[in-house]
Amino acid sequence: MSPPILELRQVTVRFGGLTAVDNLSFAVDPDGLVSLIGPNGAGKTTAFNLMTGIYAPSEGEILLGGRPVHGLPPAAIAAMGVARTFQNIRLFASLSVIDNVRAGLRLHLKQSPWSAVWRGKSFHQKEAQATAEARNLLAVFKLEDRAEAPCSALSYGDQRRLEMVRALALKPRLLLLDEPAAGMNPTEKVELMNTLRAIQAQFKLAVLLVEHDMKLVMNVSRRIVVLDHGVKIAEGTPAQVQSHPDVIAAYLGEEHEVVETEKDGGETA
Amino acid sequence: MKFPHFPRLWLLAALLAALGMALLAPFMNPYHVAVIETAGVSIILAVSLNLVLGHTGQFSLGHAGFMGVGAFAAAAATNLLAARAGLQSGLESLHLAPWLAKQVLVAPALLAGGLVAALLGLLVGIPSLRLKGDYLAIVTLGFGEILAGELQYGQNTINKSEALREQLPWVGASSVEVPERAMLFWTLALVAITLYVCQSLVKSSFGLGLLAVRDNEVAAESCGISATRAKITAFTIGAFFAGLAGGLFAHFNGAVSPGGFRFDRSMEVVLIVILGGLGRNHAVVAAAIGVTLLSEGLRQTPKLFPTASGPLLEILQNRAFLFALLLVILMIVRPQGLFSGWRKPKLLGGSK
Repeated sequence: MSPPILELRQVTVRFGGLTAVDNLSFAVDPDGLVSLIGPNGAGKTTAFNLMTGIYAPSEGEILLGGRPVHGLPPAAIAAMGVARTFQNIRLFASLSVIDNVRAGLRLHLKQSPWSAVWRGKSFHQKEAQATAEARNLLAVFKLEDRAEAPCSALSYGDQRRLEMVRALALKPRLLLLDEPAAGMNPTEKVELMNTLRAIQAQFKLAVLLVEHDMKLVMNVSRRIVVLDHGVKIAEGTPAQVQSHPDVIAAYLGEEHEVVETEKDGGETA
Repeated sequence: MKFPHFPRLWLLAALLAALGMALLAPFMNPYHVAVIETAGVSIILAVSLNLVLGHTGQFSLGHAGFMGVGAFAAAAATNLLAARAGLQSGLESLHLAPWLAKQVLVAPALLAGGLVAALLGLLVGIPSLRLKGDYLAIVTLGFGEILAGELQYGQNTINKSEALREQLPWVGASSVEVPERAMLFWTLALVAITLYVCQSLVKSSFGLGLLAVRDNEVAAESCGISATRAKITAFTIGAFFAGLAGGLFAHFNGAVSPGGFRFDRSMEVVLIVILGGLGRNHAVVAAAIGVTLLSEGLRQTPKLFPTASGPLLEILQNRAFLFALLLVILMIVRPQGLFSGWRKPKLLGGSK
C-alpha cells in the first residue's frame, strides 16, 4: 500500500485558553475520500486551516506525502499540492469566471514580471496555454459558456463549482472541500456526489471533505473521521461510524433529548 | 483577461511622439511646457500608485516620500556626473552635440533615482506590508514623513558644514544642472514607459496574482500566490516609478527641496488615483491631467480675478483644503471614481 498523502500526528492547536483541535491523528490515502464530520464548533474548519497553513499547530506534525508542512505559509503548502475550497465562498470578486481559474493555473505557469513586461513569444504561448487549460477545466463543470462573465453573476451553486474548478487548476494531490453542499438543493447534491467521484477518477487525487449533509457523507466517503470539541471520537467506514455510540451521542445529541442527557452525563463523569 | 499583442509597438510609437514633442518644445510657450511636465510627473506618480493601491489593494500614503528620495538621488547623480571632468571630456571626445551630451547624463541620473527609491521601497515594504488597511496607511504615512524629514535633515547638515560641502558637493546641492528643454522628452518618454510597464504587468498572469491578493488574500494564498511577495513586488515597482518621477521633477525644476515631498503631495496622488477609479490606468491618467490643470488654474486665480480678495481667495489658493474637500465629496457621491461607468464596474473586493 502506498504511503498516505496526508498524515496528521497528534496535532493540537490552542487559541489562548481554548483548545480548538486536541491531539488529532488521522491519515488520507493518495486515492482516498475521507470525510471530517462533527457538530458545529467541533473544529473541522480549524483542522482545514491547520492543514492549509492558515494556522500553525501548537503541537504535533502534519506530513504531506511524508514531508512535514506544519509551519509553512499557506501559499507554500498550496504549491506542494494542497488545494481547498471555503465554507463561505471566497472567489476573486472583481475577476471574470475564467480569470478566477487562471489565478489557480498561475502557480504552474510561472510567469515572471519581466516576461510580462517584455511580452515575448513565450509569454503569449504560456498565456494562451493557460486560457485553453482554463476553458477545459470549466468545461468539466459545464461552466465554459460563462467564462467571460463576472464571477459574481454566477448562481450560488455555480460559484461553489467555480471555486472547485479554481482549486483543481492547481493540479493538487489533495483537495480539501469545506461544506461543498451548503446551500445546495437535493438535485444539486446528487450532482455534487457524481462530480466528486468523477473528479477523483479524472484527476487522480485524494479528497478530504467537511460536510454536514449526512446522506452525502455516508454515500461518498470511504472513511469518516468524527470530531467533537476538537477531539477525534471515532474513525472508520461509514457503517462503522454510523453505529458508533459516541458518534450518535455527540453528533445527533442536539436532536435527541435522551442522547443529549447521556452526553452531558458523560462529560461531567 | 485580454493580452494585447503589440504593446511594444505602441511603446515605440509613444516614444517617437515624445521625441517629436520635444523637438517642438523650443517653439512652445515655456509655461505650457512646464504644465505638461508637471502633468507628466503626476501621471507617473498616479499610475505607479495605482499598481499598489488600485491593483494590489494596499493603501500606501507615503508615495511622495519615494518621489523625494528619487529626486535627491537623481540630483546627486547628475551633479556627481557633471563634477567628473574626465567624463565630460570623454563625452566631448565622442564629438556629440553639447545638447546630446547633456541628455546622455540625464538617463543614468534618473535611473539612479528610481533604483534608490525602489531599494527603499523594498526595505520599507518588507516590514510594513504585513499590516493591512488602515494600519498600513498609517505606517506608510509615517515612512513617507520620515523620508522627507531625513532629506531635510541631511540637507541642513550638509549646508551647515563647510567641510561636508567641500567633500560631497554633489550630495547637498539643491540646484541641479539641467539640460535646456531636454526634460520634456524624458518626461513624456517616462510617462509612456510607466504606462506600458504597469499596464503590461497588470495584463498578465503575474498581474492576476496582484488582483487576486486585492480581492481576497486568503483565497490568493490558497491558490499558491504568496500575498506578501505580491505586495512587496508591487510596492517596490511603485517606489521605483515614484523615484523616476522625483528625478524628473528635480531636473525640470532645476532644484530640489524636501518640502515638496510631504504628506500633501502623497495625498494629491491618492486623490488622483481615487478620482480616476482604482485599478483603471487610463482613467487615472485623465484624472492626473485634470488635477494638474485644476491646480494650475487655482494658481492663476489672482490673475483671473484681480478684484477677488480676502477669505475667498485664500480658500481658492489653499490646494490642500480644496483637494481634501474634493476627496470627501467624491467619497460621498462617487466612491467608485469619476470614470468608472466606462467599463463594467469592478468594485474593490471586501478582503478583510
